Amino acid sequence: MQFAREVKHLLYKEVLLEWRSKYAINGILLYVVSTIFVCFISFVTLENKITWNALFWIIMLFASINGVSKSFLQESKGRQLYNYVLASPGAIILAKTIYNVLMMVMLTTIALMVYILVFSYSPPDFLMFYVSVILGSLSFSTIFTMVSAIAAKAGNGGMLMAVLSFPLIIPVLIVLIKLSKNAIDGLDRSVSLDEIGILLVINIMTVTASLILFPFLWKD
Amino acid sequence: MYKSWWKILGSVLVIYTTIGGLLLGVPRLAILNETIRNLYFHVPMWFGMLTLFSISVWYSIKYLLSSNQTDDLKAVESVNVGIVFSLLGLVTGSIWAKFTWGQYWSFDVKQNFTAIAILLYFAYLVLRNSIDEEQKRAKISAIYNIFAFPMMVVLIMVLPRLKDSLHPGNGGNPGFNSYDLDSRMRAVLYPAFIGWSIIGYWIYTIRFRIRSLEIKNNS
Repeated sequence: MQFAREVKHLLYKEVLLEWRSKYAINGILLYVVSTIFVCFISFVTLENKITWNALFWIIMLFASINGVSKSFLQESKGRQLYNYVLASPGAIILAKTIYNVLMMVMLTTIALMVYILVFSYSPPDFLMFYVSVILGSLSFSTIFTMVSAIAAKAGNGGMLMAVLSFPLIIPVLIVLIKLSKNAIDGLDRSVSLDEIGILLVINIMTVTASLILFPFLWKD
Repeated sequence: MYKSWWKILGSVLVIYTTIGGLLLGVPRLAILNETIRNLYFHVPMWFGMLTLFSISVWYSIKYLLSSNQTDDLKAVESVNVGIVFSLLGLVTGSIWAKFTWGQYWSFDVKQNFTAIAILLYFAYLVLRNSIDEEQKRAKISAIYNIFAFPMMVVLIMVLPRLKDSLHPGNGGNPGFNSYDLDSRMRAVLYPAFIGWSIIGYWIYTIRFRIRSLEIKNNS
């Protein structure tokens, strides 16, 4: 299919560009590690599991905003025009979303490893917690990709992105924290199925909305 | 008055629900006592807001398909009036909360989520302010509006039902239906919904006409 091939090629281009410069990955990794390090120096140990959880999600949230916003904001005008001529807008947004998802999943896994190492505490139901982390990075990536596309078009960059994305991400955050708290409390897995369902539905809705709306955004 | 039948209807309904709401009989419930009369003001505010935001998203979709500046103007003016209604809903809710739950802001789930939903629309206005060029502004804000509307619906209607809440009808509290939201209250509540929505719609049409005239004068 033409569309799938376009998406694959665009995805390959994104990964290749990133691999050559490693700009975004290194930036986010540095951000995450230094934040965890600062927290470690301040707190040394975290007895309170809830604090541990909350801190992790705060770090993840801001790392995602930083990382995903780079994807659109750093594209130059000339390259955008080139992309516009060659590929369909749906393919572009889908490729960017998938690329952001892959990048964020990889980075959150590394961040989780460092976090667990530094604070030497790991949740009892680790698999469920990891599922919540994956769903979290997935949701952040899909929502922030679309919002950064809107903010990039509006032209005012980073601040607008934060203002727009904050209310959209709050419900996702609340469900995520509920889910990860279930994992930390070691509750039975069937209890969390509702939250997982909600997150998956939100992600599907966001990707569908992005695919439908991005072509209008791209027309400039 | 221009096209007056529904405006008179709306005014009559609001006057009826205000006077009737304060004078007609209401069921006597524990804790609520007479404050249950606030129901006639608080809930129609939210209903009016929902109507106006639905109008707004409808015109945003229309704008994306037609690129007609009038549609964009209608979308933004209905958001403006909708935000006013939502703030009124929050205020009436807080006053009610002071009497029944103890504080103005009880950090109840629905209160928090509706505040965040209002933030969504404030972000819409911030987005509009940050873009100067008309067509671009209309297009981008239409896209954001279409994004924000389902999120608002989820925040206000779906999520509070899933969590513990102080509001009747959510989180283990019996809803008003299981009490006697009897014919006495329904007789005032349903006309209040319609009346306040009409008033909101009227304010929106006036604002829209003023803005259209301003634009026509300026160009």
